[in-house]
Amino acid sequence: MRYGVPLRPAVAATMLALAAPALADSLMPAAELSDTQLPDPKQEAEAKALMETLRCLVCQGQSIADSNAEMAGDMRALVRRRIAAGEKPEAIRAWLIQRYGSWVSYQPTLDRVTLPLWGLPILLVVVGVWLARGRFKRRRRG
Amino acid sequence: MRKIVLWAPLVLFLVFAGVFAHGLLSPSSRDIRSQMIGKPLPAFSLPPGAPGHPPLDRAAMATGEPHLLNIFASWCIPCAAEAPQLQQLAEAGVAIDAIAIRDRPEDVAGFLARWGDPYRAIGSDVDSRVQMAMGSSGVPETFVVDGKGIIRHQHIGQIMPEDVPALLAAVRAAR
Repeated sequence: MRYGVPLRPAVAATMLALAAPALADSLMPAAELSDTQLPDPKQEAEAKALMETLRCLVCQGQSIADSNAEMAGDMRALVRRRIAAGEKPEAIRAWLIQRYGSWVSYQPTLDRVTLPLWGLPILLVVVGVWLARGRFKRRRRG
Repeated sequence: MRKIVLWAPLVLFLVFAGVFAHGLLSPSSRDIRSQMIGKPLPAFSLPPGAPGHPPLDRAAMATGEPHLLNIFASWCIPCAAEAPQLQQLAEAGVAIDAIAIRDRPEDVAGFLARWGDPYRAIGSDVDSRVQMAMGSSGVPETFVVDGKGIIRHQHIGQIMPEDVPALLAAVRAAR
């Protein structure tokens, strides 16, 4: 490759995208409990289960248990700190939902927006049974 | 009846195709809005974020006058880019308090020396605790807090020059 050849836009965009996470990190060490397990295995298991169902606010689409974003580390620390203090996992989830909306949780609650999500499968099964019943009846007669 | 049954699958398909096309073509937003708008600030008390500035707590925010609460960090590049706009707001008479996320006072001092210092009080939030309590999901973000300490407005991302009038209006509306 010759020097001075301008980068193709796609290549430049890729390089920029790769560089972006490096630019967005602080110099501070990770929060105390972000990557350290709790001494009590039962509490740690509770914390882990909750972390796997909370969404990272930065790398959206990953759980905070899987994400390397600093904010996800701070959220893991928050979860472990509160579990260690005796708080129930569902109370911590509710605290986060109160701040970020139900978006932050991977376990959708039943409300007006998520009603089709819970209702449609039941409705489809009922319709399916009804359709199948018609078929069976016809076959018996024929 | 038979005609309807024959056409139903095509109609259903078109409905689905329409829904998917809408989802694919409409611009998606990755912003997560705080659900704390209209609610009082969470109770907090932070250590000083930079030398020469008072530390920040909830009581300091409920002074009877509306404030801007700027969530920033010295390591955040858009925060440097919005500094002139914050300066402009400060010059217009708006009190601006700040929370420095995952930062050290000496780094914040360097940032302020370089990009300007529009802030009154600065609190240091080293593990994003207060940020999460506010429902903020990144830096920079700017909240409008009214005189009673109730969060009135959230601006996500850097303040562009064209955002200044809207923020000024939001501060005035919070009076």
